[in-house]
Amino acid sequence: MTPDDTLPQRDVEDLLRELAPQVLAALARRNSQFDSAEDAVQEALLSASQQWPTDGIPTNPRGWLITVAQRRLTDQLRSDVARQRRESAAAALLPPEAWHIPAPEVEDVEPQADDALTLLFLCCHPSLSPASQLALTLRAVGGLTTAQIAAAFLVPETTMAQRISRAKTTVTSAGARFEMPPDAEVPDRLRVVLHVLYLMFNEGYTASSGADLQRPELAAEAIRITRDVRARLPEDAEVAGLLALMLLTDARRPARIDADGNLIPLAEQDRTRWDQGVIREGVDIITATLPRGTIGPYQLQAAIAAVHDEAPRAEDTDWREIVELYRLLERVSPNPMVTLNHAVAAAMVDGPAAGLDILKPLETDERMARHHRLEAVRGHLLEMAGDTEPARTAYRLAAQRTTSLPERRYLEGRAARLG
Amino acid sequence: MKYMILIHSDMQFWQTLPEEEVNRVLGNHYTTINETKASGELIRVEGLGNDRTFIEFRDGTPAVTDGPFGEVKEQLAGLFLVDVDSLDRATEIAGPLSEYGVVEIRPIMEDAGTEM
Repeated sequence: MTPDDTLPQRDVEDLLRELAPQVLAALARRNSQFDSAEDAVQEALLSASQQWPTDGIPTNPRGWLITVAQRRLTDQLRSDVARQRRESAAAALLPPEAWHIPAPEVEDVEPQADDALTLLFLCCHPSLSPASQLALTLRAVGGLTTAQIAAAFLVPETTMAQRISRAKTTVTSAGARFEMPPDAEVPDRLRVVLHVLYLMFNEGYTASSGADLQRPELAAEAIRITRDVRARLPEDAEVAGLLALMLLTDARRPARIDADGNLIPLAEQDRTRWDQGVIREGVDIITATLPRGTIGPYQLQAAIAAVHDEAPRAEDTDWREIVELYRLLERVSPNPMVTLNHAVAAAMVDGPAAGLDILKPLETDERMARHHRLEAVRGHLLEMAGDTEPARTAYRLAAQRTTSLPERRYLEGRAARLG
Repeated sequence: MKYMILIHSDMQFWQTLPEEEVNRVLGNHYTTINETKASGELIRVEGLGNDRTFIEFRDGTPAVTDGPFGEVKEQLAGLFLVDVDSLDRATEIAGPLSEYGVVEIRPIMEDAGTEM
């Protein structure tokens, strides 16, 4: 390629993001130090992003990146050994393998089938906090730069760089290696991976559009990675359920916020703006999955989202079906948020008193006592019951407790509407 | 979740403490700074000077005033902005900062939200 064929920066970036996890996998498989391998890959990606747009993409871009990264890693290991030699008077006591430095190899390494999944398991290592798992996954699996991840979470780049660096050291010192977890551990480890992907999706989905264009990309990234996981584990019903849940939720994105950034409740959304193609894909996945495998929380939440998405108007919603699904969900995976949503659905079928009854146990639940959603739902049910004054009090309390500006505006609006 | 940790303390009282004691407490503050920086939780940390300038609207225009606080001894002395997994973690970080003062933890409002 001649320098005349300068490429749009965007094409190079997309290609690098696709290759990043493959290159990291190739390096991590051969070198036990995950943190150094990741650093070397980042440097190779940086070189590529500077050179390729003007010099053109090499014939074998993955081979190029692996070679450059391996060379960086070798240089790093050499200088580490040299430093140890200088620093350690007892250097002679080091075992011979500590002196061995792999020669840089110039050939490409074919990606292996489980590479992406192995990398995901490593990034979602149980030794890390959810925030660190999320950041490391976006960087190592998603191929995002530290600056992009920092922008997505609205923190300074130095804070994010430190978080990622600490995460890599923690994973390395926890003894994690680039290999699939033993079969017996896979279900538990997969649950962590799915939770991280769910958090990533939510982080992007709940961001109000416009204010920051970076954040909705997190939802797209979560969907992309979940698709990859499903391609590797097509038989896993919860992976399919999570993908369906993301699609069925994301389909509503165009209708959830008005031009002023105000949240529009599900019942009042303009359903013609929902993405029917995405809904169809989500419905197909969950319909094919539900009768097959062991039922799990993501499948049930996807099924609930599907019932909402399939109603042409809010008043067409099959609330009986939704109540049944919430009952099942409370049995499979009981948590206060499920109870709240169950209460709303029950009120639609049996009236607000039924919903308020379901809320009662939450009032003594420590996790919920100070939570704004409990008061928001109570306000909604009291409003349905015509108890204007207590409803207004509940909405006001919820507005005080939320840390979300759009939610506060919405809740204050509900309170004001009651006069 | 992002939280602002606000350290309120009585500056006059601090001046009565022996130097070693001041250094010991400040040392604890630096430990907290270094730990939260290394973990990628610290967004920003600032110490505040004692000089206070108050501005209030008087007759529809901003004016420098003596402020509304009168003889209150405690004043804002420093702040930490952190991004952490939970309020519990923010409380843990704030613990050592509360010696000889009062620490207040406030959530930072976000622009994201869930429709109901």
